[in-house]
Amino acid sequence: MYSFEPTEEQKMVIDAARRLAAREFRPRMRDSDEKGEPDPAWMDEGWALSLLPASIPEQFGGFGANSALTWVLAAEELAWGDLGATLALLAPNLVALPVLRAGSPEQKAMHLPAFCNDAWAPGAAALMEPRIAFDPFALETKAVRDNGGYRVTGTKCNVPFALESDWILVYAALDGKTQALLVPTNAPGVTVGERERNMGLRALPLYSVSFADCAVPASHLLGGEQGCDFDLLLAASRTALASMAVGVARAACDFALDYTRQRTAFGEPLARRQSIAFTLAELVTDIDAARLLVWEAAWNLDQGKDAVRAAAFALNFSSDMALRTADRAVQLLGGYGYVRDYPVELWLRNARAFGVLEGIATV
Amino acid sequence: MISFENSDLIKEQQRYAESIALERIRPLARYYDAYEHEHEIPWDFVRFIWDTGRKGLDALMPGAEVPDEPFMLQIHTSEMISWGDVGFFMCLPWPALGGNAIQNTGTEEQKNRLTERFRGERPTWTCMALTESHCGSDSSAIRTRAVRDGDGWVLNGEKLFVTSARKALEESEGFMVVWATTDPGAGRSAIRPFLVEAGNPGVRIMKLENKLGLRASDTAVVILEDCRIPLENLLGGGEKGFKGAMATFDSARPAAASSGLGIARATIDFVKEELGRQGVTIRYALPRRLLTAIERDVIDMETEWRAAWLLTVRAAWMVDRGIPSTVESSMSKVKAGEAVTRITQKGIELMGPLGYSERMMLEKWMRDGKIIDLFEGTGQINRLVIARRILGYSGRDLK
Repeated sequence: MYSFEPTEEQKMVIDAARRLAAREFRPRMRDSDEKGEPDPAWMDEGWALSLLPASIPEQFGGFGANSALTWVLAAEELAWGDLGATLALLAPNLVALPVLRAGSPEQKAMHLPAFCNDAWAPGAAALMEPRIAFDPFALETKAVRDNGGYRVTGTKCNVPFALESDWILVYAALDGKTQALLVPTNAPGVTVGERERNMGLRALPLYSVSFADCAVPASHLLGGEQGCDFDLLLAASRTALASMAVGVARAACDFALDYTRQRTAFGEPLARRQSIAFTLAELVTDIDAARLLVWEAAWNLDQGKDAVRAAAFALNFSSDMALRTADRAVQLLGGYGYVRDYPVELWLRNARAFGVLEGIATV
Repeated sequence: MISFENSDLIKEQQRYAESIALERIRPLARYYDAYEHEHEIPWDFVRFIWDTGRKGLDALMPGAEVPDEPFMLQIHTSEMISWGDVGFFMCLPWPALGGNAIQNTGTEEQKNRLTERFRGERPTWTCMALTESHCGSDSSAIRTRAVRDGDGWVLNGEKLFVTSARKALEESEGFMVVWATTDPGAGRSAIRPFLVEAGNPGVRIMKLENKLGLRASDTAVVILEDCRIPLENLLGGGEKGFKGAMATFDSARPAAASSGLGIARATIDFVKEELGRQGVTIRYALPRRLLTAIERDVIDMETEWRAAWLLTVRAAWMVDRGIPSTVESSMSKVKAGEAVTRITQKGIELMGPLGYSERMMLEKWMRDGKIIDLFEGTGQINRLVIARRILGYSGRDLK
């Protein structure tokens, strides 16, 4: 039977995430974007929510089980506060959750306890490559078999926390299929390059990373010998991004709604004009629709059903919707939408990321 | 606990409705489109539904035993029957809008009259008359007059776009719910619903509309001329007025949405099958910029469909639980109206000249689909409903 009601536990997570977003994320959003650094309070305060330890089973140091649905409920609220903060706080997911989903028992035992400590620990994943024709299913970064292990060669971009993490989960083509390898950041052949300078997500430390004939033991292939189901990992990643797109869109829409209700022109509030009000009505409708698509994708993941199509629908709709919403918000604020004293230009820059960047978040 | 799994009962009903759509609707859909008004009602289909409905569609009859989610069941059925053909869907002998109005505004005695009617031997329809030639969306401006006269009411006026009036008033012993004003100067506060039985003197069909689509179904102009009805035909004893009309929209809008999404899905299914025959596969997992134009179009059609469908399912979920759903119902209708319009138009483009031809059903589905953005509140009216709510504005604040 269909249901659209989160569990009591999930409602508590939503509330906690909402409070964190309003109290810690939003007030520091602009400064961090300007400085190009995440605010340490984001991770300190955010880690207190214990979202990740609550997703990891007891035997690996956590106290729960992973739920994509719970993650997307939280991620929407967090991203309403700030997308950069959300991606920073949830960066540990990039290693922990693929290991949890697809790792061998040894890999789980080795990596998961590091994400169950009292303090936030960074995690890094390298999927994107700096070329126009980047295709996650046809990577130029290659892993070749060598001496019972692998050698990885290639260049990646937009790797979160590459400099700060002990491990990078590197996606590479192995026998023509995309697989993932756990590579220590200090392994010979790994070079962390320049900080990326993107139009948005400026608070998030993203790096280019190159791998030159980097030797990786066989036991570090995610999933062990048989490898992993990359389709599933990509679907989980897209679902995560889509949920954050809903959060960013909601932030922009809320702001535009308040603004147009207060701003008067020609003797009455802007929002009393149909051209404004109808725009807002369309935005809230699409936000709700996007959220439902996200929930469905997450539900499919949790049920162990094929989530590829659902995740594609969710991200296809949400990324487009978030960009349109942020754009409309800028439009509704007029000149104020274009200046950095107001937050909407930041949301427009951030919202552009959803349809373009892959693999920088997961649930 | 959030869930996207349907109940077994609904899945079963969907399979049943699909078999009806394939065997009893699709083969006749083109004929009934081509000969609007020249044909009889699709009696074979109607009698089959009426006679067997006690097994498969029984849950749609008022008063029938329905486990848990009657409205959720209804939208899944209407989606599937409309996937077969939306004109046939409108010919279903079930309570529809008129019945809905009685459920929302009627007294127990009046509801029982409705139930009895749908337990009889002969297929029965109901219809609802609200719109007039000078007012559609602005239904509070209606002029049809109701005057108390001794032991009855006398109705006078002209009603437009009455769906199924011919079936309710001429082809069966059905009835019509008429919204009329007891005081033309008093606006919506004086508007009341009245029940007019088939065969009542003073009611007649003046004209059947010739339409862009939906041609298997009749849409009529109905004249009320000194139409005298008993006092007990004032629905709800006069307590529920205009708000009763509006309350029917909370369920009528997702119902209309579901029907439109049936048409849209018919288009998507057909286009995907044809493309499959041409060797085109849709690579859902590929980043958008690497897709072909056709893949993008198909994925966009499916995405938009799914978005609208989930809004519709959510509204139905609320209706079944008695959660007020005015905004959510309007959202489903806005999205579905847009989705069916765009999807059916795009379907023709993808199939080229054949898509434009009557050799395929796509051109019919495009003509049929457009109604969804027009009836049960136009797309614009539903945007107004949503906008007022999110802004906290009254009808005076946001016109």
